[in-house]
Amino acid sequence: MSAWRWLVGVLVLVAGRLLRRRRAAEGPPDRGAHAEADVASGVPSGREASAVAPGPQSRSAELVVALLLLLAGLAAAGFVVSYALFSVASLSNELLGGCIALALAFIALALAVFAHRLVPVEELEGDYPGTDADRQREVVEIIEHGGRLITRRRMLVGAGSVAGGALGLAALTPALSLGPLWYTAPLFRAPWRRGTRLVDEAGTPMTAASVEEGTFYTAFPEGADREEIGSPVVVVRVPPSQLRLPAQRAGWAPFGILAYSKICTHAGCAVALYRKPTFRVLEPEPALVCPCHYSTFNPATGGTVIFGPAGRPLPQLPLMADSSGYLRAAGNFSGPVGPSWWGVRLGKAT
Amino acid sequence: MRRAAGTASPSAAIEDPVRFIDERTSSAALLRRALRYLFPDHWSFLLGEIALYAFIVLIATGTYLALFFDPSLAKTVYHGPYAPLHGAQMSEAYRSVVEISFSYKAGLLIRQTHHWAADVFVAAIVIHLMRIFFTGAFRKPRELTWLIGLLLLFTSLLEGYLGYSLVDDLLSGMGLAIGYSVLVSLPLVGGPLGLLLFGAPFPGKALFESRMYIAHVFLIPALLAALIGIHLALVAARHHTQFRRDRRHTERRIVGLPLFPAQVPRSLALMFAVAAVLFLLGGLVQINPIWQWGPYEPWIGTNGAQPDWYLGWLIGALRLMPSFDVVIGHYTVVPNPFWGGAAFPLLVLLVLAVFPWVERRLSGDRSAHNLLDRPRDAPNRTAFGVAFLGWVFLIFVFGAADRVYVLFGVNYETLLNVFRIAIWVLPLVAFVIVRALCRELQQSDRIDLERARAEDEAERAEQELRARAQPIA
Repeated sequence: MSAWRWLVGVLVLVAGRLLRRRRAAEGPPDRGAHAEADVASGVPSGREASAVAPGPQSRSAELVVALLLLLAGLAAAGFVVSYALFSVASLSNELLGGCIALALAFIALALAVFAHRLVPVEELEGDYPGTDADRQREVVEIIEHGGRLITRRRMLVGAGSVAGGALGLAALTPALSLGPLWYTAPLFRAPWRRGTRLVDEAGTPMTAASVEEGTFYTAFPEGADREEIGSPVVVVRVPPSQLRLPAQRAGWAPFGILAYSKICTHAGCAVALYRKPTFRVLEPEPALVCPCHYSTFNPATGGTVIFGPAGRPLPQLPLMADSSGYLRAAGNFSGPVGPSWWGVRLGKAT
Repeated sequence: MRRAAGTASPSAAIEDPVRFIDERTSSAALLRRALRYLFPDHWSFLLGEIALYAFIVLIATGTYLALFFDPSLAKTVYHGPYAPLHGAQMSEAYRSVVEISFSYKAGLLIRQTHHWAADVFVAAIVIHLMRIFFTGAFRKPRELTWLIGLLLLFTSLLEGYLGYSLVDDLLSGMGLAIGYSVLVSLPLVGGPLGLLLFGAPFPGKALFESRMYIAHVFLIPALLAALIGIHLALVAARHHTQFRRDRRHTERRIVGLPLFPAQVPRSLALMFAVAAVLFLLGGLVQINPIWQWGPYEPWIGTNGAQPDWYLGWLIGALRLMPSFDVVIGHYTVVPNPFWGGAAFPLLVLLVLAVFPWVERRLSGDRSAHNLLDRPRDAPNRTAFGVAFLGWVFLIFVFGAADRVYVLFGVNYETLLNVFRIAIWVLPLVAFVIVRALCRELQQSDRIDLERARAEDEAERAEQELRARAQPIA
């Protein structure tokens, strides 16, 4: 539907170009040099001199412009018609976009032809604006004159600063209702407590037996708000013989099952990739990888950073298995969850 | 245009409104000057105009989108026409954008055009900035225009980021998480400031969506419009710069096409062309198919998440940083994202902002300039510009290193190590090469000039000889 419009557009353009070329071959019209005196502006620096004579009148160009505008109208009408004819489901985005783009393009072409063939294109000269030292001095004098009654300037400036500063502060004060001010305790919060059960995405409590090696699971604290950054943990299982956790974390990984905060300590993305060792030479150990900036953590050694920009390990959640085999938290995380801030201290999730 | 004999003079129809306006505003002198405001003719002077016209498209399409977008994080379940999301839990914000894409005629077209316009807007500003830099157009008396332009660029980066963060799809949520991390990584004030703006630890209060929304549709666009106004007023106050094409172009005399009639249809043609390209892109080329990413939840992440192009340099910088936080004992002072996400862009802004003054001091050239340099005319500036922007560009390229791995199988770790060295070495090499190249080009210019002068002289001498010889014969 729009193909023939393109064709017409191209044809018209070619026609216009041919006409222009023939005219150019006929030689310049006798339109005499055109000079313009700038008397009316009243600006002494605004002298202009015409450099290029205005072009010839061109009836063919007028025709081309009119045709292009008609085509633009046609394309715009095509937009309206296709909007009206089709239902939401069958209306093609390409058709709508094509129509409106074509209409705009035809107008652009019409204006381009108009600019080149139907308005006098005169290159004029003028002066760059300068600076005026006299006026500058006058401005200084006027301002100084306004302050001539003042004797104790410093006192007034001081008092004014007090008023302005206090008013500015008062104006900003309501903004403090946006959130807590200078109170970072919420940043340390995580909803895990000793005994909290781990549930999967469907809300089903997880058992130690259901956690297999070579894959990873996302778990949440039972009954807590999942959207809290301290909620989601990633659970993996490694052979207990490969565990090299710090001494004070002995017993945090029953049957080799480990849980870490799923929020990367670098930039807060979800640690959503698990690299199980397939080729032990290059990848000797399992790794948790964040897809944003590729921070990589080793679950077997307590979530330490083995690659990428993260500056601190993934906080580990101590686990225990209860008598019925359900996985439960044995306490809160080993450190604050999520991206770091000034003063994020190791070892204090609350 | 031929007129039938007997009709009244055409100027009567123009005379009356002009008289009406002047008698009420006494603005004829101003109008007269405005109509004859001169635009030097060079294609590269249109780059800023492209940005301006993309901004107009942004305002128009953005206003339309605001009529349908619901800035609310309240939970809902999707039951719309897009089957793969049926029954999915999502926010009203995300649902409304999926609706814009599928349930309203022309909704997708306007949304995609808006997104494309944002990408083109920033791209045009960046290319415009490079034009200004490499031709020395930022020099006195246009330093303020340069500073306002830089503010415009960085404000529009924030505006674009907020724009795609509003959608609450998976990508926007991941982007927000990174933005939040950079915010809380600011030394001393970061944590409290993050809590203040988000209202709670990430993902923040549900209200944060409204806060982003008012910033994206009102505060920042108003700021952008004001900055654009000041930018253009400053340009007009000092007039455009120009290249020295011939003897008429000097530091004091400007040569160009008057606003009316020559420039108006040209500029309008560009406006319609820009709009045409943007709507064509919006119609034909898919951008940010938010329905494919799904709704955001803090525990979901996806590989291959790429931000809009203009944030690629920050992703690259975040990924290139070696693993460390600045700590004193157990006390974290500067977390890692600060360097790539805040210090790096601020450094780039600072270097560009002070450059006009630094160059003045180093070159000792304190005079005002209306004539532009060609890049070769200022070898030091050109070489520094290539090196500095090349440094930023290499970091930008590294932002896509994971795509390079997926597409070409080049090991990411290898790329990381190569880039950590290349971003420092290549700019230095570029500096040396570009400076030598500029000097060579200057030298060859000088030789050409010399040759032309010699040939001129020889010809004149020959003519003189012939003229002297003739009377004897």
